[in-house]
Amino acid sequence: MTNLTLPGLLDTDAIRKDFPVLQRLLHDDRPLVYLDNAATSQKPRQVLDVLAAYYEQHNANVHRGVHVLAEEATALYEGARDKVAAFVNAPSRDEVIFTKNASESLNLVANMLGWADEPYRVDADSEIVITEMEHHSNIVPWQLLSQRTGAKLKWFGLTDEGRLDLSNIDELITEKTKVVSFTLVSNLLGTVNPVETIVRRAQDVGALVVIDASQAAPHMVLDVQALEADFVAFTGHKMLAPTGIGVLWGRQELLEDLPPFLGGGEMIETVTMGSSTYAPAPHKFEAGTPPIAQAVGLGAAIDYLSDIGMAEIAAHEHAITEYAVNRLQEVPDLRIIGPNTAVDRGAAISFVLGDIHPHDVGQVLDEQGIAVRVGHHCARPVCLRYGIPATTRASFYLYSTPGEVDALIDGLHHVRNFFG
Amino acid sequence: MKLDSMYQEIILDHYRNPHGKGLRDGDAEVHHVNPTCGDEITLRVRLDGAVVADVSYESQGCSISQASASVLNDLVVGKPVGEAQQIQEAFLELMQSKGQSDGDEDLLEDAVAFAGVSKYPARVKCALLSWMAWKDATAKALAAHPA
Ligand SMILES: Cc1ncc(COP(=O)(O)O)c(C=O)c1O
Ligand SMILES: [Zn+2]
Repeated sequence: MTNLTLPGLLDTDAIRKDFPVLQRLLHDDRPLVYLDNAATSQKPRQVLDVLAAYYEQHNANVHRGVHVLAEEATALYEGARDKVAAFVNAPSRDEVIFTKNASESLNLVANMLGWADEPYRVDADSEIVITEMEHHSNIVPWQLLSQRTGAKLKWFGLTDEGRLDLSNIDELITEKTKVVSFTLVSNLLGTVNPVETIVRRAQDVGALVVIDASQAAPHMVLDVQALEADFVAFTGHKMLAPTGIGVLWGRQELLEDLPPFLGGGEMIETVTMGSSTYAPAPHKFEAGTPPIAQAVGLGAAIDYLSDIGMAEIAAHEHAITEYAVNRLQEVPDLRIIGPNTAVDRGAAISFVLGDIHPHDVGQVLDEQGIAVRVGHHCARPVCLRYGIPATTRASFYLYSTPGEVDALIDGLHHVRNFFG
Repeated sequence: MKLDSMYQEIILDHYRNPHGKGLRDGDAEVHHVNPTCGDEITLRVRLDGAVVADVSYESQGCSISQASASVLNDLVVGKPVGEAQQIQEAFLELMQSKGQSDGDEDLLEDAVAFAGVSKYPARVKCALLSWMAWKDATAKALAAHPA
């Protein structure tokens, strides 16, 4: 691999040493080139150690015991909430709800709004606006809500360049709109969306704004106050944390007003056979034993990311993305699906390679130790929009190197020769 | 190289020149998808009494799924339904063998080339897509016109 350096790169030699799996050799002793970060990230030793220490030293259920371990586990779990709150610049730690992933976070919002009283209630007279570039996790919960309530579901379309088509924003978001939900960064196209324009219009008509930050939180500075959204969802496993932990941030007054969705232990104040009263947020929305170790792991991941710095990580990924976008366009017959520059673009790059099916591209790359994702990436409407059955997607993170981009390019030439 | 065990020349030949592709008249039609990767097939079966008179299909997907549909067409068209079903079961068994079986070449002919694919769990579904669609369509055709 080359030792090319680009302006803005992090010290990946040092960072990669923290990630045990990145040392792996695959078929025929080829180094793993992990380019599937948009699906899930790898985990550093620092996070793995915290998980092990949690189970070895502190394991207990939270909020329900007076013994030492219970107090330690509770402090660690609630400490993780503080870390998340600081990470997203939340005005209050009580606005941070732990879920199991972004999908659960988005389903939770949709259900809060379905069961809410006025003025939040989504009903047959309401409209919900999403976009054609959403992950299925930010489509299906709204389809369900629309089917159950009779609310109309409307969609922002996409331009040929892979951006949101905002030309009809005033017809899409109207006085009838109760909620607008969109992704900050597309997991398939890589597009970074113009939050301000959409939020401005939504606020003008009094609609709530939900932002899916699953592909943003791992990669850039995320400030829920600057976004001016009402809810922000993301998922831990894409940002160095274990699977099984997600976040829903919501504005305090909304969390106070909106009804719980799941019922169970932990979320109540008192329970009688007649009815129950609920704990204040965030506990109102966290029924049952939460993913404790996973939340603690997310806290450790946030420490790791914050030590390096989210702005620095964003700069690193921007440099890698720019290099990758340029080099990919050197490959004959390769078409990038999404913006073909690094401007307002995240580090997930989808493409098609002539008429070689992505499944076959991925298989031949895998043989060379290169892990990419192939398929519709849980965003099938995007594939339909661009008239393709599927894409190959390479996605980068803080430990990705220009050498790995070079390996991908060499690999793609090999794919072309193999099927040529 | 391991890759060659998956992408046998026979498979690549069928992929480049699929047999029987295109939709023609049928007694039953099904549409099957492979949700993990987006391979899709629309397949029709026409029966002539108890014989598979035609298997026609329109499909989109990777080389394995395309080649497999072509081999299916070669193997079952013109056969009595019962015999075709035996071939289908033998192919299913081969694909579930996790690389432990070479397949019965007398029965499966070109389809034994897929033995290597059975080592790749993510690709087994690609190979089986058209065969499962055929099984489904045949059951429908039989229900509509009991032989
Ligand atoms: C943009 C986007 N939203 C939501 C999700 C869902 O995340 P999870 O599967 O962790 O719920 C993903 C992950 O694939 C994503 O990329
Ligand atoms: Zn396939």
